[in-house]
Amino acid sequence: MALYSEKVMDHFRNPRNAGVIENADGIGQVGNARCGDIMKIYLKIENDIITDVKFETFGCGSAIASSSMATELIKGKPISEALTLTNQAVAQALDGLPAHKLHCSVLAEEAIKKALQDYYEKKGMKL
Amino acid sequence: MFYENTIKLVVIQYYLSKRREGIQETMRIYLDNAATTKMSKTAIDAMYPYMDTVYGNPSSLHSAGQAAAEALAEARRQISACIGASPEEITFTSGGSESDNQAILSAARMGERKGKKHIISTAFEHHAVLHTLKKLEKEDFEITLLDVHENGVIAPEQVKAALRDDTCLVTVMYANNEIGTIQPIAEIGKICRAGNILFHTDGVQAAGHLPINVNEQNIDMLSLSAHKFHGPKGIGILYARKGIPLTTLIEGGAQEQGRRAGTENIPAVVGMAAALCEACSRRENTAKQVRMLRDKLIAGLSQIPHSVLNGDVTNRLPGNVNFCFEGIEGESLLLYLDGKGICASSGSACTSGSLEPSHVLLAIGRIHEIAHGSLRLTLSEENTEEQVLYTVKMVGEAVAYLRSISPVWRDLVSGKKKFILK
Repeated sequence: MALYSEKVMDHFRNPRNAGVIENADGIGQVGNARCGDIMKIYLKIENDIITDVKFETFGCGSAIASSSMATELIKGKPISEALTLTNQAVAQALDGLPAHKLHCSVLAEEAIKKALQDYYEKKGMKL
Repeated sequence: MFYENTIKLVVIQYYLSKRREGIQETMRIYLDNAATTKMSKTAIDAMYPYMDTVYGNPSSLHSAGQAAAEALAEARRQISACIGASPEEITFTSGGSESDNQAILSAARMGERKGKKHIISTAFEHHAVLHTLKKLEKEDFEITLLDVHENGVIAPEQVKAALRDDTCLVTVMYANNEIGTIQPIAEIGKICRAGNILFHTDGVQAAGHLPINVNEQNIDMLSLSAHKFHGPKGIGILYARKGIPLTTLIEGGAQEQGRRAGTENIPAVVGMAAALCEACSRRENTAKQVRMLRDKLIAGLSQIPHSVLNGDVTNRLPGNVNFCFEGIEGESLLLYLDGKGICASSGSACTSGSLEPSHVLLAIGRIHEIAHGSLRLTLSEENTEEQVLYTVKMVGEAVAYLRSISPVWRDLVSGKKKFILK
């Protein structure tokens, strides 16, 4: 099927970091089931470094692949770097997404930012 | 001989290139026959001479042209015989969408002349019907869309109740393209005839699969499309009862008795006639065989917890299966199944590029969250029991996998949210 790149298909079939982190330091959920897309990101953070990240996604193939790729891009990275992650970077790392699927990469970016925001709020700090 | 060898060479080169690319030719199970069907060998064989030797233009007076004109007339005779019509009541079009457009616009123009601008239809028609009605709404036509109930079947009494003095057309599909439910068109036709109102039915999904007789079923206008019954793509039929003036969509020459301009697509017309004759002559046997596969598939998929069959269990096309699975999204389901060699379809928004899921599933009362998780499998006589069993297993696997990574599913299982489907 030529709709998606090989990389998208690989991340869809063998998603990296799928699952849940119990007692996560930050959780971010975006999208809604009515529109057919929900992404949830769990973060474990130590000394401003994202030591572990997991995702759960309800959505199409590119939504699942985008969340998988996004978690790979921020795992082991400092928070400051994760905050600069853009949807273009996610789409690019997947060797591109069809135009009408770019919003999936936007969701991934937003879910990560929301999880980081949650982390700061839990610590009583401002992002 | 040279021709055959060339084809063989091309085929061999194709498979060699596939091997080089490392693509494995896996088993393919085609379960998307409502989208389109494989052409029958009978249809292909019938078409070939009209591309090779009988290539004349039927409008030409010379013998080459007249040979084509004869083929056109013969195809028209065959097709009209299949549906109980007269040859001159058949217009060849580019397919179901064009036929629907022309039928509805023709009835609207007729009605308009008498000051009648009300049309009755259903909420789950094909977009070729719904979008044409939308266009007419802008011309101050009033459209009543009947409720299709949870089982996806309308009652003839609903049509009766909706009729008005200014109703010029009732258009109700014979069988729904997504959930396969069959509408009581003969009864609806009877009501329309009693009220002297035109009745059009979109029979695109029904032809070759359900009995069609325009007289017995009181049909005034009927749309058919060849590629849904193992004929070629890009060709269809508009049947219009004698005396109904058709509004032209395409202006030009005097082909098709002036109802549709453009040189006739003879190979496609001949292929369509061959396919329809074959499908109609085998219909009962094929339907029996396909229905058995359908019921096995439905029984197997019903075992998946928190799922629901869309549309009436028995009053549906022999080959149609349509399910919703809670907690997952349909496009990812298709993608997973495609990886396992299964070609399926979904009413999920993600396959269409819009945010709205299938209007058909919404019309039968499925909420958005559930409608997004739909799967349509449509069988043909080419499918086997073995394929059905494999498909049941793979759908189960796909649903389980997608649920395992779905936050919606987690909320349902943990009790944070309530299940909607049993």
